Amino acid sequence: MKATLWGLKKSPWVYHVALSPCNNCDIEILDVLTPRFDVERFGIKLVGSPRHADALLVTGSINRHVLPRFIELYNQTAKPCVVFAIGSCALSSTMFRDSYSIVGPVDKVMKEIDPNAIVAYVPGCPPKPEAIIAGVVKALKAL
Amino acid sequence: MAIEYLIGYFFLSVVIVVVLGLATSWVDRKVTARVQARVGPPWYQPVADIVKLLGKETLVPENSRAMGFLLAPLVGFAAACVAAAVLFGSLMSGQGFVGDIIVLIYLLTIPSIALMIGACASGSPVSVLGASREMKMLLSYELPLLIVIVTALMRSGGDFRINSLVAHQAANGWLLLSISGVIGFIVALLSIQAKLGLVPFDAPEAEQELMGGVLSEYSGPALALFKLTKAMLLCMLPILLGVLFLGGFHFTGFSILWSILKYVVVLVLIVLIRNTNPRLRIDQIVKFFWGPMTILAAAALALAAVGL
Repeated sequence: MKATLWGLKKSPWVYHVALSPCNNCDIEILDVLTPRFDVERFGIKLVGSPRHADALLVTGSINRHVLPRFIELYNQTAKPCVVFAIGSCALSSTMFRDSYSIVGPVDKVMKEIDPNAIVAYVPGCPPKPEAIIAGVVKALKAL
Repeated sequence: MAIEYLIGYFFLSVVIVVVLGLATSWVDRKVTARVQARVGPPWYQPVADIVKLLGKETLVPENSRAMGFLLAPLVGFAAACVAAAVLFGSLMSGQGFVGDIIVLIYLLTIPSIALMIGACASGSPVSVLGASREMKMLLSYELPLLIVIVTALMRSGGDFRINSLVAHQAANGWLLLSISGVIGFIVALLSIQAKLGLVPFDAPEAEQELMGGVLSEYSGPALALFKLTKAMLLCMLPILLGVLFLGGFHFTGFSILWSILKYVVVLVLIVLIRNTNPRLRIDQIVKFFWGPMTILAAAALALAAVGL
C-alpha cells in the first residue's frame, strides 16, 4: 500500500477536463505543460485517455449540458484519482452562479457523484502556472 | 543442458532486460527533455510509473470481451520475456541453437499482435482504429526488416545463429563497414523505430488524434504490463541491431564498456530521430516502407550477394 502511494505521488498523470470554461484557465494549464515549466520533473504527464489518468484538471463552471459527460468521465477514471478544481469558476461558479443552466461548483457536484472523492482547489481568474504547480504539489503532499 | 540451468538463464535474462528496459526508457525521456531544453524526470521515474499503475484498479469496459481484453497484455509480456531469454541466453552463454534468430524475429512480433487483439477486444472505436493502423504498420515495416536481416545472415556465412553473426564479425570486422552494411543499418534503424512505435511512426498510439489509440481503454496493471513490454522491446531491439551490424556484445573484461557505448549510441540515434520528426500519416508510413525502404533493402541484398 505504501509503495503504490509513493508511485501515485511521484507520477501523477493528468487529464484535462474543460467543462464550458472561457478558455483562460485552459491556456494557463497548457502553459504549465510547456518545456518552460517542465512538470515532467515531478513525473506529471498529460495523457489522452481518462483511463490512464490519476488527476482530472477541471476548469469552468459546470452546466446542465456537460454534467452527464462529467459524471461518465469521472466513472471512466481508474481510482484512486484526485480532482483538481482550477480557476474561480470551478471553485464557485462566480458571476454565472444564478444562471438557469448552472448546476454548481465542482466540489458540490463531486459530493453527489462520489462522496469520498478527493477535491483540491486552485483559485485565480485565471490562476498563474506557478499557482497551479504549487496547488498540485500541496495536494500531493496532503495525500 | 539441465532444466535448472535453462530456468536460471530464463530468469536472469528477464530480470536483466526488465531492469535495462526501465533504465533505457528513462534515458529516452531524459534525452528528450534535454533536446527540449528541460531538466527532465528523475532516474526512478519509469519505476514509479509502473508501481503506480500496478496499484490502480483495472476497469473493464461494458461492451468489451473481458477474456481477450485481459489476456492480451499477458501474452505480449510473456512473448517479450521468452524473446529476452533467447537473445540474452545465446549472447551470454555463447551457445544458442540453430535458427534462434528466426525464433527471435517471430517472438518480437507477438507483442504487436497482442496489442491488436487487446485493442479489438476493448470495444472502443478509437482502439479499433489504432489496431487497424498497428496492423498496417506491422505489414509495412516487417518486409524491409526481414530482407535486411537476410542480408546480414548472408554476409556472415548463412548460419542462422545469433552467435555465428557475432563470431563472424569478431573475425572479419563489423558488417557496418561495407556498402551493404551501411544501407542495411539505415533501413534496420528506421524499421526498429516503427517497431517501437516511436514518433515518426506512432500513428497507432497518436495521443492527439486517437487518445492513446490501442491503449486508450487500458488502465491499472494491464496498462503497466503493456508499458513494461514496450520498455523491454526498447532494450532488446537496439541490441538486435548491434548484433546484426555493430559486431555484437561481449560481457567479459574491458569489452563490456565497449558494448555499453555501442548500445547507448544506437539508443541516442533512435531518440534523436524521434525528437526531430513529425508524425507521419498511416498511408505515408506504408508508402515509405514498401517504397524507398524495400528498394534500399533489396539493393543491400543484391550487394551482399556479390560480396560488397
